[in-house]
Amino acid sequence: MNINLTLIIEGLAFFATAWLVMKYGWPPMMAAIEERQKKIAEGLAAAEQARLELKEADARVEVEIHQARQQAAEIVEHAHRHASQILDKAREDAQAEHNRLKAAAAAEITSATERARSELRSQIATLIVDGAGHILQREVDANAHYKLLNELVAEL
Amino acid sequence: MADIAPQESMTEYINHHLHHLQWKVGSGAFWTINIDTVIVTLVLLSLFLAVFIPVARRATSGVPGKFQALVESILMFVDDLVRETFHGSSKFIGPLSLTIFVLTFLMNFMDIIPVDLLPSTAAILGVHHLRVVPTADLNTTLGMSLGVFLLVQYFGLRHKSVGMFFKEMFTVPFQADQPVLKVLLALPNLLLRVIEETVRPISLSLRLFGNMYAGELIYILIAVLTLGMGLSHGMTYIMGPVQFLADFIWTIFHLLIITLQAFIFMMLTIVYLSMAAEQH
Repeated sequence: MNINLTLIIEGLAFFATAWLVMKYGWPPMMAAIEERQKKIAEGLAAAEQARLELKEADARVEVEIHQARQQAAEIVEHAHRHASQILDKAREDAQAEHNRLKAAAAAEITSATERARSELRSQIATLIVDGAGHILQREVDANAHYKLLNELVAEL
Repeated sequence: MADIAPQESMTEYINHHLHHLQWKVGSGAFWTINIDTVIVTLVLLSLFLAVFIPVARRATSGVPGKFQALVESILMFVDDLVRETFHGSSKFIGPLSLTIFVLTFLMNFMDIIPVDLLPSTAAILGVHHLRVVPTADLNTTLGMSLGVFLLVQYFGLRHKSVGMFFKEMFTVPFQADQPVLKVLLALPNLLLRVIEETVRPISLSLRLFGNMYAGELIYILIAVLTLGMGLSHGMTYIMGPVQFLADFIWTIFHLLIITLQAFIFMMLTIVYLSMAAEQH
């Protein structure tokens, strides 16, 4: 238990060890730890950044979806309007055609009736003269009675 | 212990255990080397360096392995303590604290190895005295604390001007404004400073030495419970379980002590160095 030379040897051994640790052990270990801390800090910052960006992108997507929806609604509405316009126009066209055809047919009918009537009139006058001739068994003086007959035909 | 000769008395056994393997290198009591202390110290510090330095050099800043994580956590534990306490700049105080903590712990841990195991093994090999706990040798603890003492003085000189360093010896802790009082207080201040600086390394070394020496002694006393008893001896079967229980309890308690003492030695070193580096 006496104090002896061991004291100096032990003291030197101790500080030599500490010196070796300072020279070869501590700096690389500390550098590794600090670098990892930096990496972790950067990673966390990047994650935070990504989170913010994602949030922003989400908001943008939200806006765009809203806009797209609005546009779609507009397009649909427009299409509806257009369709009804087309329908109305078609209806009008059809009505006009209908009216036109109806009018044409009516005019045709009128003119045909007129034509038939005048034709009948002339034929009837001839027939009557012929018929009367037959009945009377003699020549009727057409010219003498023509005026009378024409009056008769006009009454038909 | 069964392998101890029956005629060996208790006193002889204890004295034998407390005797260093010594080598006289010159005349006078001082010129002696406790070979056992030195060899165990060298083995332990080689072990520490051989494990720590390769791990440190191969340390990756990526995902650490389990062992690297263990070493790192010890390193960070020490580094945090240093950063909390020491506000100057020094490349040495961190490594020094780590070395003190780990090496003192390893030296203290030699106490946990069964008290007769290594000496008995050495006896078979022809070495008749062996003490395996370097920190139970006052030379070790005093050597360390004197080193710390010198380092404290160096830190004091480096962190303040030389004039300031010497001025503080006469003006702290008692301060005065009048010149007369200043002169009067110079001597008490110097006296206190000398006492303070002397007491620190002594208390630092004696605290660790005392704990380890007492721990070793208690292990020896526990071993003495069955001293010289053979298997034919009736007392063996009574004292055996008592010895086992006592050893078990003391080992649990001592594990706490060796860790705590290593920590205290490191912490006080950091504190002394911080105090030296700070202006009063």
